[in-house]
Amino acid sequence: MSPAPDIEKAEIDRLIESGKCRQALAALRAYWRANMRLAAVPYVLGRFEMIKQAVPVRTCKLAILRSFTVEPVTQLLKASAAVEGIDLLVHVGGFNTYAQEMLDPKSSLYSFSPDILILAVQSRDIAPDLWNDFTAMNEAQVADAVDRAGTELKNSIDVCRSYSDCHLIVHTFETPFPPSEGVMDWQRRDGQTQAFRKINQQLQELQTRYTGLFLLDYEGLISETGKLNWHSEQNWASSRLPFSAQALPRLAEEWLRFLLPLTGRSCKALVMDLDNTLWGGVIGEDGIDGIVLGHDYPGVAFLNLQRVILDLYRRGILLAVCSKNNPADALDVLENHPAMLLRPEHFAAMRINWNSKTENLRDIANELNIGVDAIGFLDDSLAERELMRTCEPDVTVIDLPKDPADYARTLREAAVFEQLTVSVEDRSRNRYYSEQRQREKAKSDSFSLEDFYQSLSTTVEIAPATASSIDRLAQLTQKTNQFNMTSKRYSSQQIADLVANPEWNVYAIKVADRFGDNGITGVAIVHGGVPAHEIDTLLLSCRVIGRTVETAVLAYLERKARQSGAAVLAGDFISTAKNAPTKDVYRAHGFCCVTESDTRSRWEFDLATPQHIDTPPWLDVRVVEQVHT
Amino acid sequence: MTQAVLDQVRTLAADLFSMPPEAITPEASPETIEQWDSMQHLNLILELEMTFGMKFTTREQAEMLSIGAVVTTIEKKLSRASA
Repeated sequence: MSPAPDIEKAEIDRLIESGKCRQALAALRAYWRANMRLAAVPYVLGRFEMIKQAVPVRTCKLAILRSFTVEPVTQLLKASAAVEGIDLLVHVGGFNTYAQEMLDPKSSLYSFSPDILILAVQSRDIAPDLWNDFTAMNEAQVADAVDRAGTELKNSIDVCRSYSDCHLIVHTFETPFPPSEGVMDWQRRDGQTQAFRKINQQLQELQTRYTGLFLLDYEGLISETGKLNWHSEQNWASSRLPFSAQALPRLAEEWLRFLLPLTGRSCKALVMDLDNTLWGGVIGEDGIDGIVLGHDYPGVAFLNLQRVILDLYRRGILLAVCSKNNPADALDVLENHPAMLLRPEHFAAMRINWNSKTENLRDIANELNIGVDAIGFLDDSLAERELMRTCEPDVTVIDLPKDPADYARTLREAAVFEQLTVSVEDRSRNRYYSEQRQREKAKSDSFSLEDFYQSLSTTVEIAPATASSIDRLAQLTQKTNQFNMTSKRYSSQQIADLVANPEWNVYAIKVADRFGDNGITGVAIVHGGVPAHEIDTLLLSCRVIGRTVETAVLAYLERKARQSGAAVLAGDFISTAKNAPTKDVYRAHGFCCVTESDTRSRWEFDLATPQHIDTPPWLDVRVVEQVHT
Repeated sequence: MTQAVLDQVRTLAADLFSMPPEAITPEASPETIEQWDSMQHLNLILELEMTFGMKFTTREQAEMLSIGAVVTTIEKKLSRASA
């Protein structure tokens, strides 16, 4: 067994001890999603008990009437609900006494007074004759049995409706496989499969008559796993549990899909990234003709994701863009790319700029007038998702898988966007507003950006160029558009010439963090003259932008210049269509602007003053001195 | 009884019963562990099913009534699978 879960547990416990309860709940959610098993339930529920007074929690009374063992599923459901901020109180009815409990106004069901009732009855129990003795029944007897089952359900539900206004979730009935008459079952109009489908049709008619009555497609749920894998004759025989261990989390999750909208825990808005999320590639680097989006590989994966997002839009989910880009570049794609399904009119809010995504997301929440806990966040970047999880623990971060081909399915399966009716939505919205004040208060224990940088454990290595890094450095000068102060393009031969020239220093910058090693992702080229050390090139790949790596590099260059007796460290900023985000880098690090035109500005850092550029404390900077090859 | 299987079973049972792993000895059984009732027995079987990727026959389920018996049953199935 891997030791990883215990490290996570220690982190959760640390957050609880330091009073960061909302972060603890978010961490507990991540832990539970990775360890959705019975042995993890006591830990998750125990920690939830410790923090539930300090986080926004909805309580919900859930009754389950059943004809089979549901207790292990109930355990998983309690933990799944807890990590979503739902404190679940569960009442489980006796075996096969569902009809009695619904019909008797004095039953323990009604004294429990549930908010939600799940009716989980198996096909073999609602109509034992159809299940066990089908081959002995004639056409009239089959029709009778179907009617009897439908009437029994209708009566129970009618009576239940008159005693309770709880939401009612009814499992539909699975068809037997293989049927009692084998392949012959489908060679007639009234086979065993059809008989159970007819009972389901009666349920569907009931559903249209009652508000607050919802059907759970049990057959569909089983077929996702497959009947052979779902069912366990062993567990049925020994414990009246009809399924195998792998079915438990699936059923618990399906129940949660109903609980989230019914308790007002669903999301109202989806905030999404653009580059490598809505299309493949980076618009600022690749341009509108270079990004991938269309009906064929590889663009089809992104088109499929857009189709799911469009479905959400049509179901009333608000959409918003949150992207680090030049607005003109991104809007050009949204307005003009022929394959885009999503257009500017689909978005209720847009933040396309170079601010942090957490700041933009809070801004969007304000503009849409919803809480951040009603927002789902979709971004291909693991670092952005971690930042969001850390700084805004109430946001539902959707974890996109590595392969874009799986993006669409992942979003389609996100339980937080499940809806049941519009009226349920409206009802829960009221609850949100009444809790607004609580949320305002809870904001005070937010993580800072510094805490997040610290948590990334970033290592920056600054090393002189070597024969083996020359090609990569040249490639970076060719390809990098966004964080590039001068955008000077060099061939490998030109870089090699600079490396060989003692007046020049060429540095390769490597960045690694706890998510992995990014390799060489930055270049600095400095001409070491007197009185000024001149920064000819300073660039960072877009993969490592926004991590304060540039501060570490500038701090190093400043120290080097000082050591070699220079009076000034100088650098130019040459404006291009793509490098707007780097415009203020020198100003932010204490450089003074000495000349400025529309396209070009010159900056100097005075080394005669005691002022220094400080290396950020959250970066582990390793300087490699001259390498002898 | 190999240490690896025993350790895995102990960790799992300790989490499930909310007990320290040291308390889960090979002799531990429903008689010595209060939490080990029929519902927890089912939970234990399901966890083992998941962890070791195996299904237990009804007879095996009924016989796995001590940690030692659980480990023996799993090892028997593992050796049969690899043979």
